[in-house]
This record gives sequence, C-alpha cells and structure tokens, in this order.
Amino acid sequence: MTSFRSLRFHMDWQGQKLAEQIMQMMLLVSAVIAFVAGYVLGSFQMMMIVYAGGVTLTALITVPNWPFFNHHPLNWLDPSEAEKHPKPQVTVSSKKKGTKK
Amino acid sequence: MHSFGYRLNGLLTFSVTILAIMCAMASLSDNLNTASPSAEIQVTNINRFQKQPQGNDEVSLTMNISADLQTLFTWNTKQLFVFVAAEYKTPENSLNQVSLWDAIIPAKEHAKFWIQTSNKYRFIDQGNNLRGKEFNLTLHWHVMPKTGKMFADKIVLTGYSFPEEYR
Repeated sequence: MTSFRSLRFHMDWQGQKLAEQIMQMMLLVSAVIAFVAGYVLGSFQMMMIVYAGGVTLTALITVPNWPFFNHHPLNWLDPSEAEKHPKPQVTVSSKKKGTKK
Repeated sequence: MHSFGYRLNGLLTFSVTILAIMCAMASLSDNLNTASPSAEIQVTNINRFQKQPQGNDEVSLTMNISADLQTLFTWNTKQLFVFVAAEYKTPENSLNQVSLWDAIIPAKEHAKFWIQTSNKYRFIDQGNNLRGKEFNLTLHWHVMPKTGKMFADKIVLTGYSFPEEYR
C-alpha cells in the first residue's frame, strides 16, 4: 500500500484534511437529521434507517481516493534529477564530548 | 487521513460512537413523556379456598382485569411487562406479595385491554392466614425500552377480602 506507484492513488495532504472534515461534518449532520426524523415520526426504526443511509453516503464520499481530493498534489523530485545533485558530505569532526547546555 | 483503511476505520468508530450518543438521547427523551395509565380489577369468583395438607392456604380466583396503558408507550418502547400481585399482611410477614398473572404487551394498540382470567400462578400463603383477610391487588408495569433506562410503576387497588370460611 505504500509503494511509490500507488502514491498516484492516494490523496494529497489537503485532500486528507478535507476528507476528515467532510466525514465528521456529514456524520454529525446525519445523526441530527436521523434523531429529529425518528423523534417526530415516533419511530426508532426510522432513526436507524436514516442514520444508516447517512453513514453509507459518508463512506462513499470520503473513504475512496476520489480525484477531487488530489487537487494539490505534491511534486516529488524525480530520481534522475536527484542524482545530478549529490547530497553534501558530512565531515566527521573530532569532538570527544557532546556540547553541554 | 492517510489511506483507505485508515479512513474506513475512522468512519466506523466515529459513527458507532455517535450512534451510542443518539441512543442515550433517545433514552433521555423518555423522561419527557407524561403517562396517565388507568386500571380496574374485579374479583368475580373465588373458585377454591382450601388448606393444603402441608398446612398452607391455597386460593384460586377469577378476575376481570381492564386497563388502559397506552400513554406509557413512547417511540423508544419495545414492550410493556405487566403483572398483577396480591398484597396482604400476616403475623409472620409484614408484607406478602403473590404474583397472580402477567403478560407482555408488545405494541400500543394492545395496551388497552379487558381480560377475564383465573390466576395464572398458584396463590399459596405461608401459613393459614387467609380466612377473612383483606388484601390489595396491585397492577405493576415495566416499560422496557429499545435503548436505555427501564421505568417501572404500579397502581394499587384496595378493598378485596377473602371469605371467612374455606370453600
């Protein structure tokens, strides 16, 4: 699931935040609508049905990696480009004790 | 949230937590219900009133039970458990309660009823104190919810008494 190729099908960071917000908001709204519907109609079963519908709808919208969650993709550095700029060498200094604070 | 499985798990746990809160609110809404139940019981006949070989009195009686318990039902009620008990006082026990009949009422439509029945359970005293004894008949009910707290209450009907002699 964390291979480089499957990064194409993940959400970007903005998308993840959006998905979380949408999920929390939709679940709370479903719960409120379901409770009010059940109370007004006098039917516990109606509350459960409406809530189950709300949860399913939320799942369909926020769980899969839809494209609209990927509008701010990160541009990872291409490997061939990275080779042209080698990492700087770290010179090993001969300090024997660590710095004290 | 990072991956499909992560989001699915988050959705399931959050939705179940919210469901628990909704059920608690549904139970709390039962407190808003004002109920006005009514009941009447007539003892039409004492069929048998004998002393058993062991020395305990036993009674068999026929009752007409009529009640209107419809206002006890709320949207969060699963069923109503109703029972009739005879209560009386003897020298040995300050309070005797003997359950004579019970029923489960599954829906509001069935909560207004009239029934003529003999006692479903045997009425046997601890001792032989029942001759001429005055007793109360109480109709108890338990409102069993779909979720949450169960409410129980009763109506006490007084003025019943046993015959002076066995028959």
